[in-house]
Amino acid sequence: MKLNTNGNVYTFCYAAVMVIIVAFLLAFVASALKSTQEANVANDTKGQILSALGYDKAAIDVAAVYAEKVQDNVFENGELTPYEGNFNTTYGALIKNGELHVFTGTTAGGEQAYVIPVVGRGLWGGLWGYIAVNEAKDKVLGTYFYHESETAGLGARISEKWFQDQFIGKPIFGEGGEVALTVVKAGAAQKENEVDGVTGATLTSNGVAAMVKDGLTAYEDFLGGAAACPDEEECPACKEMDEKECGGCDKACDKACESNNVEQ
Amino acid sequence: MSKLFSDENKAAFTNPLNVNNPVAVQVLGICSALAVTSQLKPAIVMGLSVTVITAFSNVIISLLRKTIPNRIRIIVQLVVVAALVTIVSQLLKAYVYDVSVQLSVYVGLIITNCILMGRLEAFAMQNGPWPSFLDGIGNGLGYAAILVIVGFVRELFGFGTLFGYNVIPQFLYDAGYTNNGMMVMPAMSLIIVGCVIWAHRAYNKEEK
Repeated sequence: MKLNTNGNVYTFCYAAVMVIIVAFLLAFVASALKSTQEANVANDTKGQILSALGYDKAAIDVAAVYAEKVQDNVFENGELTPYEGNFNTTYGALIKNGELHVFTGTTAGGEQAYVIPVVGRGLWGGLWGYIAVNEAKDKVLGTYFYHESETAGLGARISEKWFQDQFIGKPIFGEGGEVALTVVKAGAAQKENEVDGVTGATLTSNGVAAMVKDGLTAYEDFLGGAAACPDEEECPACKEMDEKECGGCDKACDKACESNNVEQ
Repeated sequence: MSKLFSDENKAAFTNPLNVNNPVAVQVLGICSALAVTSQLKPAIVMGLSVTVITAFSNVIISLLRKTIPNRIRIIVQLVVVAALVTIVSQLLKAYVYDVSVQLSVYVGLIITNCILMGRLEAFAMQNGPWPSFLDGIGNGLGYAAILVIVGFVRELFGFGTLFGYNVIPQFLYDAGYTNNGMMVMPAMSLIIVGCVIWAHRAYNKEEK
């Protein structure tokens, strides 16, 4: 017997059965693979943090090196407390809610560093990254950037090493104490806190610039309250010192002075 | 064995590589040929992914072809392609995470690639699984070939590199040579695809 494949009943049944089969198949695959995928994502995130610290994540055992070198902390009420919960893989919502994660660790070169997660938007989708800063919290030691769906060969090049390595050694703050680290047009970087963008990907480059600025600004309390800064009583003296001696912490100093003056 | 590689089957495989090239002759898949060809590596990855997905969706549709109701055949094809692509991307994510990160952008593009729908509709609906498989591989490779040509030209003149390695010697730059920023723009790849089609048609005309 030959089926009448043009009948209404057949068409409806075919569509219904097909949808049910495909739905079950997809649901089954998704749930069966979920835990493996999550482990991969967590491991990759740890790799990205290590990458910002200057390790080659393809060449090392990410989980082991991370466990040895890096500590996840939360910045609260002016101090870092070790974070005990489950490892997070996205930080956008956490930063918005004021849960500021700071990773402490040592770079591949053996330097003490703080790693700060940053989140932003590119041309087509989200961007994220990790910025490692030195112990004095005024210079970049390394970065890692990645993207959801930037154009391959153009915006996607922000994930390449030459782009990320440009940030190394750049000062974070400008003269006024604001976050001045930025990305400019390709080939136009002149000032010491400017970095070349990607040719043909101006909007993605602008996205990185905004992400770096907003991200670091969100951590201003952490970065500005530099440990090397003189405490409140010494503050007027700090003002008279020139910037180098003061370690570029005059902004925190100003703040401290302000509160001092208010108290007085 | 001889039946597996009959002339007809061979033609299903080799035609799309040249005389019936999906990009140059059928003018399918132009959109992704513009989007991912600014460098060679993504062009190759995209070409291979499309080859694999076209081949397997061709086989599935070819197996189902006698049962598919005529009026909803496009929907059925779309569901098969989308399900296949989703499952493949989930598997990649679980077992070869690095590759899935590399492919992230392309997976979505594969679903919308007109070559897939074109081959399902024009070939797999009328032919058995094995010729359909060959047809899928042939069309995928034909598409990949054009992508590689365009990617080669754009990366060489746009960035002065191939696969990310510098190939233009420094003394040329010293003598005043500069990379052509236009090559990086998608518009330029349309012009290159145009030139490829021109050369391809001129060549095939002579043959006839």
